[in-house]
Amino acid sequence: MKLTEKELEIVEILEKNARLPLETLAKMASLTTEEAAAILEKLEEKKVIVQYAAIVDWRKIDGHEGVTAMIDVKVTPKRGVGFDEVAERIYRFPEVKSVYLMSGAYDLSVVIEGRSMSEVAHFVSEKLSTLESVISTTTHFILKKYKHDGTVFEQGEQDRRIVVSP
Amino acid sequence: MTRATKTYVSETVSRLKPSGIRRFFDLAASMDGVISLGVGEPDFITSWNVREACILSLEQGHTSYTANAGLMELREEISSYLLRKFQVKYCPEGEVLVTVGASQALDLALRAIINPGDEVIIVEPSFVSYGPLVTLAGGTPIPVRTEGTDEFKLRPQQILQALTERTKAILLCSPNNPTGTVLNKEELAAIAHIANMHDLLVISDEIYAELTYDENYTSFAAVGGMRERTILVSGFSKGFAMTGWRLGFVAAPEEIMQAMLKIHQYAMMCAPTMAQYGAIEALKNGEHDVEEMRKSYRRRRNYFVQSLNEIGLRCHMPGGAFYAFPSIRETGLTSEQFAEQLLLKEKVAVVPGSVFGENGEGYVRCSYASSLEQLQEATKRMRRFLLQL
Repeated sequence: MKLTEKELEIVEILEKNARLPLETLAKMASLTTEEAAAILEKLEEKKVIVQYAAIVDWRKIDGHEGVTAMIDVKVTPKRGVGFDEVAERIYRFPEVKSVYLMSGAYDLSVVIEGRSMSEVAHFVSEKLSTLESVISTTTHFILKKYKHDGTVFEQGEQDRRIVVSP
Repeated sequence: MTRATKTYVSETVSRLKPSGIRRFFDLAASMDGVISLGVGEPDFITSWNVREACILSLEQGHTSYTANAGLMELREEISSYLLRKFQVKYCPEGEVLVTVGASQALDLALRAIINPGDEVIIVEPSFVSYGPLVTLAGGTPIPVRTEGTDEFKLRPQQILQALTERTKAILLCSPNNPTGTVLNKEELAAIAHIANMHDLLVISDEIYAELTYDENYTSFAAVGGMRERTILVSGFSKGFAMTGWRLGFVAAPEEIMQAMLKIHQYAMMCAPTMAQYGAIEALKNGEHDVEEMRKSYRRRRNYFVQSLNEIGLRCHMPGGAFYAFPSIRETGLTSEQFAEQLLLKEKVAVVPGSVFGENGEGYVRCSYASSLEQLQEATKRMRRFLLQL
């Protein structure tokens, strides 16, 4: 679907900060609060905006550090439904955070979050590898997140500019 | 022993007023927890690809002088940039000069054209350097007042009233610092008409040209017949967030360029080499980043200017740069008093309009090149400050 300039503006602003109060959002886009609300409603209804979610640095929360793994999965596509059916079988598991169909050496890229390595290993060996269409899996554990979805996790946020300048 | 009453400093320099910004800098820098809206530079760090290109040039050992006019590759990029963005054609060989910031370009332009006593028309309020630079070049700055009620537009009538036989040039700045005012094509054409009629040069400071938010930007050099009368001054500081690199450029017809080059040869040699390599990358691959920064400024401008008006500080919507210039007349305070009290009571630093010329009085300059969170907090504090007056 084709978005108007203002709709696109709203999407771009929210993609960087979804938590802006409606009034602020409206001002930034030079809209009235009502206009901005109407645009939001439309974007949500059309599922252009799918979800408002926070980016959490779980490492900071004791007991909830968790582990994330990226798994390269080779599968056999099925006649008529291609990769969609097996992708759906995989993404239905709640521990699966994302599933992408890839070009290149493997077919599906699956991101899994678990409480521990053994939990993820258990998922891969018991749930994922045992699926009929799955040929092979290669699991990569993430050691540290530096940047996620455009956000740098640890950033020295100091302003180095002099306080007043012409 | 008569030294105590005498000074070694030249009379011209002695008579120059120190910049009014200095005092606020000292005061604000001595305090903790200050939100500064007094900063005249972008809050972005130079794009990584530009920094990387500079680092690479150092690794490769490009540490010697460049040609006086700057690296040929950079001049070619500047030339094609000016054509692409503003539809003005300058020959990289003899009409483009790379300078140490737009500030040096201004200085060169003024020194190249001013005979002792020549008058240069300067918009007021405007950037603090214009008047002193004219004076240092041996000329006389003639301020022309623009009015807040007219969104600080420079009108032909105001110029005509200031013209004398000694008028040599008009120094334009669009978008303007501190007012953010942009002159559109028609308004520039009206000024061009006067320049033609009275045989004037126009020094056009277009350092904020990349940062306009509502209409397509018109360079003064692109106005019909004006290329031969224009000294186009610009640079990388604002649009490309490269203030500390100290890199600008000037484009002008060959005769004037040769004069500027002569001064530049003797006074500066060339602009810093590593900065020039960074600038090449900025012009080649920087457009996307500039666009993203422009969008970000525009959103903050929209938010902040509307918020200022809501808390009772009347402010026109500035078309460019990153400054809001609200009126503080209704508070009954002078702009200096306002800025000082706001800083001491609520720890928000703004710049008194009076430092930008006499008729900046009654206004303060607020830079919105700060994070949205800071702008929100600053608005809150300013509101509280106004309620307590």
